[in-house]
Amino acid sequence: MLIDEQGQAGGQVWRAKDRSILSAPATPESRSGDNLRERLAASGVRQMTDTRVWQIERQGEHWVIHTLRNGAAGRLHSRAVILATGAREEAQPVRGWTTPGVIGLAGATALFKQSIRLPGRASVVAGAGPLVFFVASEIRRLGGTVAAVVTPNTRADWLARLPSMVARPDLLWRGGRWVADLMLAGVPIYWGHAVKSVSGDDQVTGVTLCRLAADGTPLPGDIGIAADSVCLGGGLAPSTEAAQLAGVAIRYRPELGGWVSEAELDGSTAREGLFLAGDGCGIRGAVAAELHGQIVARTALRHIGQASASDPALERAYRRASRFGEAMTVLSALRADPIGLATPDTIVCRCESLTRRTIEVEIESGAVSSNAVKSGQRAGMGPCGGKYCQSSVARLIALHENRALSEIAPPTPRPPIRPVPVSALAGDFDYDDLPMPKPAPL
Amino acid sequence: MSENHDIAVIGGGIMGCAAALRLASGGMAPIVLDRGDLGQGASGVNAGTLSLQIKRVRLMPYALKGHEEWARMGDAVGFRRTGGYTLAFTEREAELLTERQTLKAEAGAPIEFVTNNQILTAEPNLTRRVLAASYCREDGYANSSLTGQYYRGRLREASVPYRERCAVTSITRDTQGFVLHTGGPAIKARRILLAAGAWLKPVAAMLGVDLPVDARINTVSVTERMPPLLTTVIGHATGLLTMKQKGNGTILIGGGWQGRGTPQEGRGEVTADSLIPNLSLAQFALPELGQARVLRSWTGFEANVPDFYPLAGELPGVPDAFVLGCVRGGYTIGPYIGRLMGEFILGHSPEMPVFDPGRDFEKDAT
Ligand SMILES: Cc1cc2nc3c(=O)[nH]c(=O)nc-3n(C[C@H](O)[C@H](O)[C@H](O)COP(=O)(O)OP(=O)(O)OC[C@H]3O[C@@H](n4cnc5c(N)ncnc54)[C@H](O)[C@@H]3O)c2cc1C
Ligand SMILES: Cc1cc2nc3c(=O)[nH]c(=O)nc-3n(C[C@H](O)[C@H](O)[C@H](O)COP(=O)(O)OP(=O)(O)OC[C@H]3O[C@@H](n4cnc5c(N)ncnc54)[C@H](O)[C@@H]3O)c2cc1C
Repeated sequence: MLIDEQGQAGGQVWRAKDRSILSAPATPESRSGDNLRERLAASGVRQMTDTRVWQIERQGEHWVIHTLRNGAAGRLHSRAVILATGAREEAQPVRGWTTPGVIGLAGATALFKQSIRLPGRASVVAGAGPLVFFVASEIRRLGGTVAAVVTPNTRADWLARLPSMVARPDLLWRGGRWVADLMLAGVPIYWGHAVKSVSGDDQVTGVTLCRLAADGTPLPGDIGIAADSVCLGGGLAPSTEAAQLAGVAIRYRPELGGWVSEAELDGSTAREGLFLAGDGCGIRGAVAAELHGQIVARTALRHIGQASASDPALERAYRRASRFGEAMTVLSALRADPIGLATPDTIVCRCESLTRRTIEVEIESGAVSSNAVKSGQRAGMGPCGGKYCQSSVARLIALHENRALSEIAPPTPRPPIRPVPVSALAGDFDYDDLPMPKPAPL
Repeated sequence: MSENHDIAVIGGGIMGCAAALRLASGGMAPIVLDRGDLGQGASGVNAGTLSLQIKRVRLMPYALKGHEEWARMGDAVGFRRTGGYTLAFTEREAELLTERQTLKAEAGAPIEFVTNNQILTAEPNLTRRVLAASYCREDGYANSSLTGQYYRGRLREASVPYRERCAVTSITRDTQGFVLHTGGPAIKARRILLAAGAWLKPVAAMLGVDLPVDARINTVSVTERMPPLLTTVIGHATGLLTMKQKGNGTILIGGGWQGRGTPQEGRGEVTADSLIPNLSLAQFALPELGQARVLRSWTGFEANVPDFYPLAGELPGVPDAFVLGCVRGGYTIGPYIGRLMGEFILGHSPEMPVFDPGRDFEKDAT
C-alpha cells in the first residue's frame, strides 16, 4: 500500500501536473514522473492518495498507521513500514520575508510543476545550491522575467565540488546548461550575495542585496533591485517528525541538511519493521532517493520473510548519486547563515509573529533550549508546528550560549503529524459506546 | 563559586521551584537541579486547569490556598478566574456528580448545582444534552507552558542558583551532608529535597529508600484558534474531560486519558485509542469543536502513591532528606504545598499539616 497526501504519486521532483494543464509541454521531470506513475499503476501496488498520515504507533507485532482522508480518520495495520517523507524547505528570515509575493525556492518548483504558475512578472530568485538555477531557468522557460539570481555560493565553491559532481555527468550537464542559458539571456547572477531585505507593503516592490564574507556575514554596500516577487530559499531539511514519533532518534548532520533520522544505508532503524528511505533520512537529492527506495524495499521484503538479495550494483549506483547529492547539500549550506541576516525586528516565527528580538529576550531570560523557547513564547506552537522557525531559534540559542548547533535539539515533535479536524477523529459515535475508564479517586 | 549549599532541590518542576523560593525567603541558600529544563516535566505540559470541582475532598483546603497563590501570580502565568461547569450526561453521571460535588462543597469549595437554563445562558454553545451540572465561581486556568519561564524569573530575582541539563545520577554522604553526582562537578549540600515528580522512585533509590511511586500518563490536546465558543472551564462528572478556550482562541482538552510509556523509558506516546474517545467526549459537550483542527497532542507523567495522597515530609530513615511530590491536582496545589514544604524544612510549624512519606500507603488506599 502506497500512501501519499498528494493527489498523485510523484513527490516533489516528480510531482504530477494538475488535470487543467495536462496539455502543457513535458519536461524531464514530468516525463520521468509519468513513467514512474505508469509503472506503479501496472505493478498492482495499491495507492491511497489524498491521504495524510497523522500518527504511527507500534501495537504488538504491527505498526498502526493512522490516516486522514476525505475528512475521515482510518487506520492500517502493517508488519513493515517504509517512511519516505522527503524534505521540507527552511525559511530564510530577512526583513520583509513575510510580504505577499515572497515564496520559497523549493516551493516555487511545486507551482511550476503542478499548475505552471509563475510567482510574478519579474522575480528575484535567491538561494544556495543548484535549485536556484533550476528555478530561474524554469521561470524563463515559462515566459517570466528573472530580475536577478542571487546565491551565497561563489563560482569557486562550485568548482571545488566538481570532483564529486563528475560522479553524475548527466546532472552536471543539466546544471551547467541552466547557468549558461541564464548568462546568455543576460540575467544578472550575483555570486556570493544574499537578499538582505524585501520591500513592499501589500506586495513585493523590490529587494536589497548584500555581498557576503566567507563566513556568511553581510558586507557593506547594498544593491537595490526592483521586482514584484521573490523566490527565497532557506535550504532543505529532512522531514523527521514521522520517524521521531515512531521512536527513531535524530542526529545533527549538517552535511545531510541538519537533524537527520538515524538509519542504516539499507534503511533499517532501531525500531523493528520500520524503514526509512529518501531525503527524509538525509538530503541526497532525487536521483539518490529513487535508488535508495529500491534498496530499502529489498530490506523491507527480507523483513517480512520474502527472499530478496541485496544488489551490489544498485548500492554502488546509490553511493555515486549520494556523493553528488551530498556535495549539493554541503554547497547549499556554504556561506548561508539562516539567521545572520535577520534584524532585531525581523519576524522569525511567522505563525505567532515573533521577532528575532522577542526570541532573544526569551533566551537571555534563561530559556536556552528549543522546548523552553517554545513554551515561553509559543515559537513552534502555531499551525506549522515549528517547521519554519525551529532552525532559526536553535541558531539564536547557539549564538547566545556559545554552544554547538548539535547540542540544540529541535522541539519535541507532537502528533498529529498534520492537523486533523476533531470531527474526523470523533466520527459518528454513540455516547454510551465511549470507552470510559473508571473515574479518578474521590 | 562554592559548591556548598544549605539544601539541594532535585527536580525543577512546580514543587521543587515553589519550595526553593520559600526556603530562600526563609534564609536558606538552596540550589535547584533539573535533568532537563525547569518546568518541562508535568508542570510544563499539564492542562492548567485550576478547578476545585476536580480536587480530592481531603485536599480541598490546600487547593483553596493554591487558588489564592495563582491569583497572586496573575498574568505572568496566564491566570484567569473564569468560573467552571461540571457536566453530567447520563443518570449514572448525574448521581456521581451530586454525590461528589456535595462532599466537595462541604469541604469548603463554593460549588452549587445549576439548572440547564443557567448553563445555556452562560455557555450557549454547549450541547443541549446536559442532564445535571454544577458550577464553581473560583475555577479557572493558568498557562502551564509558562511554568519554566515564570520560575526561572523568580529564582533569578531571589538569587537562587539553578542548573538545567544537570541530572543527579547518584547520591553519597560525607561529614557535611550529601554529595550529588551529576556528570559535571559534584554538588554538596547539607540537606536535600527530592522533588523529581514521576522520577521520585529512582531518585529515592539512590538513598536506598523504596518509595512506591507509580505514574499515570495523561494526554492533552490543543486546537487551532477558533472564534469564541467558551468562556468558562468545562469538566465532566467523571473527571474524564477538562476543556477551556484560551485568550488566543485555541481550545485545550484534557481529562487524564492514558497514553503509552513509562517515566523510566523517558518517552510517552499519544495513542489514538485514548485520544479519539477523549476528543469525542469533548465534541459531545461542545458540538462546534468538531470544526476545529487539532494541532498537537502530547502526554506527561503524573506521579502517585497507592493512596493517591501527597508525599510531603521527611524521607523515611534518611536524616536531612525530604521529599515532595505525588500531589493529585499538583499544578493547582503546587505553589502552596511547595511553600508549606519550605516552612516544614525551615523548622517552622507549617500552616497546614504535611503528608508523612513514611505512612502506611495501603491503609487509606482508594
Ligand atoms: C518543496 C520542495 C520542492 C523541491 N523541488 C525539487 C526540484 O525541483 N528538483 C530537485 O532536484 N529537488 C527538489 N527538491 C528536493 C527533493 O525533495 C528531493 O531530492 C526528492 O524529491 C526526494 O525524494 P523523496 O521521495 O525522498 O521525497 P519527496 O519527493 O518529497 O516525497 C515525499 C512524499 O511523501 C509525502 N508525505 C510526506 N509526509 C506525509 C504524510 N504525513 N502523509 C502522507 N504523505 C506524506 C509527500 O506528499 C511526498 O509526496 C524539493 C524539495 C521540496 C521540499
Ligand atoms: C498531562 C497532565 C495534565 C495534568 N493536568 C493538571 C491540571 O489540569 N490541573 C492540575 O492541578 N494538575 C494537573 N496535573 C498534575 C500536575 O501537573 C502535577 O501534579 C505537577 O506538575 C507535578 O509537579 P512536580 O514538580 O512534582 O513534577 P514535575 O513537573 O514532573 O517535575 C519533576 C522534575 O524533576 C526532574 N528530574 C527527574 N529526575 C531527575 C534527576 N535524577 N535529577 C534532576 N532532575 C530530575 C524532571 O526533569 C522534572 O522537571 C497534570 C499532570 C499531567 C501529566
